[in-house]
Amino acid sequence: MKPIFFRHYVCLMAIGLLLLPGLVLSDENLSQDTLTAAMSKLNAAYMTERSAAIEQLAAAQEPRAIVILQALLEGHLFNLIAENKLVIGAEIEAGYKLSDAKNGQDLGIVAREATQKINLNNALRVSLRKTLGRLELNASEVKVRIHAVQAIAKDIDPEGLVLLHAQLSTEKDRSVQDEIKLVLGLEQLNSTDKPQRLAALALLKDHASPAVVNRLNALQEKDATGQFVETDADVRNSAKTALININSKLRVYAAIETVFFGLSLGAVLVLAAIGLAITFGVMGVINMAHGELMMLGAYTTYVMQQLLPDYLGLALLLSIPAAFMISALVGILIERGIIRFLYGRPLETLLATFGVSLVLQQTVRSIFSPLNRSVASPEWMSGAWQINDFLALTWNRFYILVFCLLVFTLLLQILKRTRLGLEVRAVAQNRNMAKAMGIPTARVDALTFGLGSGIAGVAGVALSQITNVGPNLGQAYIVDSFMVVVFGGVGNLWGTLLAGFSLGIANKLLEPLAGAVLAKILVLVFIILFIQKRPRGLFPQKGRAVEG
Amino acid sequence: MSGLALKPDELDVSHGPILYLEGINLSFDGFKALNNLSLYIDAGELRCVIGPNGAGKTTMMDVITGKTRPDSGSVFFGQTIDLLKMDEAAVARAGICRKFQKPTVFEALSVFENLELALAVDKTVWKTLFAKLNGIQRDRIDEVLAIIGLTEQRSRPAGVLSHGQKQWLEIGMLLMQDPKVMLVDEPVAGMTHQEIERTAELLLSLRGERSIVVVEHDMEFVRTIASRVTVLHEGSVLTEGTMDEVQNDPRVIQVYLGG
Amino acid sequence: MNLFFQDKLAGSLMAVIACITVFIPLFNLLTPVDSVLHFSAYTVSLLGKYLTFALLGLSLDLVWGYCGILALGQGAFFALGGYAMGMYLMRQIGTRGVYGNAELPDFMVFLNWKELPWFWQGFNHFGFAMLMVVLVPGLLALVFGWLAFRSRVTGVYLSIITQALTYALLLAFFRNEMGFGGNNGLTDFKELLGFNIQSEGLRSLLLMATGLILLLAFGVSRWVMNSKLGRVVTAVRDQEMRVRFLGYRVEHFKLWIFVFSAMLAGIAGALYVPQVGIINPSEFSPLNSLEIVIWVAIGGRGTLYGAIIGAVLVNYAKSLLTGWAPEIWLFFLGTTFILVTVFLPNGILGLFRSQEQKL
Repeated sequence: MKPIFFRHYVCLMAIGLLLLPGLVLSDENLSQDTLTAAMSKLNAAYMTERSAAIEQLAAAQEPRAIVILQALLEGHLFNLIAENKLVIGAEIEAGYKLSDAKNGQDLGIVAREATQKINLNNALRVSLRKTLGRLELNASEVKVRIHAVQAIAKDIDPEGLVLLHAQLSTEKDRSVQDEIKLVLGLEQLNSTDKPQRLAALALLKDHASPAVVNRLNALQEKDATGQFVETDADVRNSAKTALININSKLRVYAAIETVFFGLSLGAVLVLAAIGLAITFGVMGVINMAHGELMMLGAYTTYVMQQLLPDYLGLALLLSIPAAFMISALVGILIERGIIRFLYGRPLETLLATFGVSLVLQQTVRSIFSPLNRSVASPEWMSGAWQINDFLALTWNRFYILVFCLLVFTLLLQILKRTRLGLEVRAVAQNRNMAKAMGIPTARVDALTFGLGSGIAGVAGVALSQITNVGPNLGQAYIVDSFMVVVFGGVGNLWGTLLAGFSLGIANKLLEPLAGAVLAKILVLVFIILFIQKRPRGLFPQKGRAVEG
Repeated sequence: MSGLALKPDELDVSHGPILYLEGINLSFDGFKALNNLSLYIDAGELRCVIGPNGAGKTTMMDVITGKTRPDSGSVFFGQTIDLLKMDEAAVARAGICRKFQKPTVFEALSVFENLELALAVDKTVWKTLFAKLNGIQRDRIDEVLAIIGLTEQRSRPAGVLSHGQKQWLEIGMLLMQDPKVMLVDEPVAGMTHQEIERTAELLLSLRGERSIVVVEHDMEFVRTIASRVTVLHEGSVLTEGTMDEVQNDPRVIQVYLGG
Repeated sequence: MNLFFQDKLAGSLMAVIACITVFIPLFNLLTPVDSVLHFSAYTVSLLGKYLTFALLGLSLDLVWGYCGILALGQGAFFALGGYAMGMYLMRQIGTRGVYGNAELPDFMVFLNWKELPWFWQGFNHFGFAMLMVVLVPGLLALVFGWLAFRSRVTGVYLSIITQALTYALLLAFFRNEMGFGGNNGLTDFKELLGFNIQSEGLRSLLLMATGLILLLAFGVSRWVMNSKLGRVVTAVRDQEMRVRFLGYRVEHFKLWIFVFSAMLAGIAGALYVPQVGIINPSEFSPLNSLEIVIWVAIGGRGTLYGAIIGAVLVNYAKSLLTGWAPEIWLFFLGTTFILVTVFLPNGILGLFRSQEQKL
């Protein structure tokens, strides 16, 4: 539920911010008066008065008016009963978060009952949408203008067409031009003049939008008697060509989307697996509690959000170092308390750390309840990057992909450039030799394990943004992360990266063919078979030391 | 699960050598472990292979026994048997046995059981499940126990043996297999002086009926047992000859003393 | 001395199991309900369940304790055996199901299936079903083991892919399309070989059968492990390379013991299902397989009877704790896991034996 309201709020904020420069430039006194007058009418009981008020606001040449009208259209405009004042409210758990309609001043949070929504009837809504569209066409921001074009296209009428034609002649921006051409093209297709229609089709074949696809498909339809609805064969054929052209584009988009989903799934796998790759590769330790360390990271994010409920973004950013510290600390405790007694017995570490994972799970279950906790996403992580009508990349997945690459690069640099990194690599290659060279292997082990665990915590922060946080979070990822490590080859971070991404993409490629579960099974079976061929993964470690 | 003695070809040593290693190359990650190595071992010969660390001695044994596959070259057992087509078990069944650098015995099993497992019988699963020792086989085990001087320890777990005793037990396990070729990697490492002497006696007594290849660092020991010595260096044969010839070869001195 | 003690303990344990197997069912059949010697149906089922777990633990001890293969997918073979039995029991329901379809189990009618899938054919025959109980897990172990052992996947890698195997099966059996009842699995059984599945008599007979099969399995396993094959397998655990160089095809030995163990696990699963009345995909969960490992670890691996003791003890503790304070159970299991691996690598029996050696 929550994110939806956030999105509205964000939308309003965005438009408000966009219009801010205009506000400063306006003749304040005069327009403020019109605004106040119109606003009091808007608050009146009668629809006719409201209609007049809308006209008045629209004529006011006042940027604030657009914000108010937008809020009105979306149902976010309220009367604050106690003060008989117009306010804009965004819905949050506790009630409404209010801002003064007139100047955007923050008025705090009130209960739902303290306000009364300013209602619209259908006729008024249609006319308001057009009015807003007209107003927005003059806005300086490209996004707002495109939105306006789309709003006008929704209930297109001669008046709107005239408006769009006029706009097209003066419009400088390509994307707005394209948008207008699309609307006009679709309209032109309805004309009776054949050359006009063919011209429209020539134009539309480069516009991959759902409206175009629907329209073109409609041109191919047959009626009940098997006759084409569209009688003109030329129009039909060129519509067909246009459709083929668009479809090939759509396939490209679909492929991009699949790869993106695959990469983002891969990013999650990589994040989950690189910590494991370090502890496994360097120390030969199978850490079955790795998933639970991720879970701790996710819960850290949850707690951080509880502490800073008003600053979701900040809470998320702070969670990264916090989760790293907490998981690293728990990791070091595990290493010092249990694993160091079990070196050289990898199967035993597997068992002992499995015990740890059970204890951690139950601890979390006892403290936070066995139910899942949802962690909210800050504004900038919700929503999607709408590249065009058919291609939208969700921000949270996008950021996780970026985050994964960041963590990976950072880790690589730590291993390459720091003293600890050097020692870690030395111990990984030849433990006894490293010891003989005076490297404090016990300390290196503890720090390595801490590092691997810390990264698990950080991975948990990322996971909290795409899935529910619960005591079983870790279990869901542990088998997958092992698969990634084993597939990539132990002790090779690049292998882990490549393995994670390729498994992610393979999963997403198979999903439409086989369904999600079967895709997963196929990937598992593939890895089981792959291990037969290359028992040490894609990038095996070689040399004498490996045999030992 | 083929039978023990079912080989495509019988061992043919009519031309003298029992092992032919020719033009073997092997590299790990760019490091050339074996470099165009060619070596012949005669039937019944006791050959010592020496060389500095990293010369490829153990790797050579890995190649002969099927543990590691070379990048190129050929390894033949007699005239006809291509060892590169066989896995470790098949090579062992054909009659080439190996003692590891680090003594490797089954510590949880008794000395007797260690020898029993090595006994040259059908080693397929079902035959093993229903295997029973007959009198001749028992006698053979007792005989080997006497040879390696572990008769007293026959019922003790191999894990409690001293280092030298483990070395002998492993040699005993080789004897149980009744091999044609014994590859012995550092047999006297960590042994006392008396133990070394006894080991030398043991190996010398086996010469003739079997071919033995010994890799050893202990030059005194090598001098005692070897008639012919091969020096490996950087993955290929540096020189070959009697101990005296080899020791006076300036290239060998160069390699050992560094330059 | 050591061997003698082992034998004495094993002997007394087997005697206890034999007593349970013979006397409890006998008492229950012969004495009236209010007699002191009469055990409740619940106790009888519970004991029967413990003994199936003991058999399952025993099967894992063969591969882990003796051959050193830490199989994290033993639960998969157990579940497959259980499903085979479940399929037989489903077919026995006949027209007594909710939909009254003589041919199709309820869930298939519900899914609108028109006819029995090919892999359900034959399961109405008890003999065929029992054959499948051993063949299906055995075949899976054969194929999987052949692939894994042939390419010398060992140690941790092997453990992880066995876990992947059971995880893949878990996901597969959750799918309705698989034809095994999906999420809900197979349940609502009515009768086994014509006896009412709820009846006290059948429960007693099942306990008896489980006990006898456990004793038999123990005997056979003991015999195998005392044979030369047992020594080869132990040798593989400790020095795999040496065994190869002695001329043994290690992968064949591993495969044999792996398949044998999978079949035992399958039998355990088949005995388990009628006693608890349900089989569902959760039996495939990796956690279940790990629990089996802890039974064996606690009891003491590489002894066979250690696995039996461990399985019964842990499950007894589970029954106690989950009834009394469920949240403690995972704490308990987790801590035991840690303590046993760190301090008791040879399990409870190891404790006994080191005491014995001190004396």
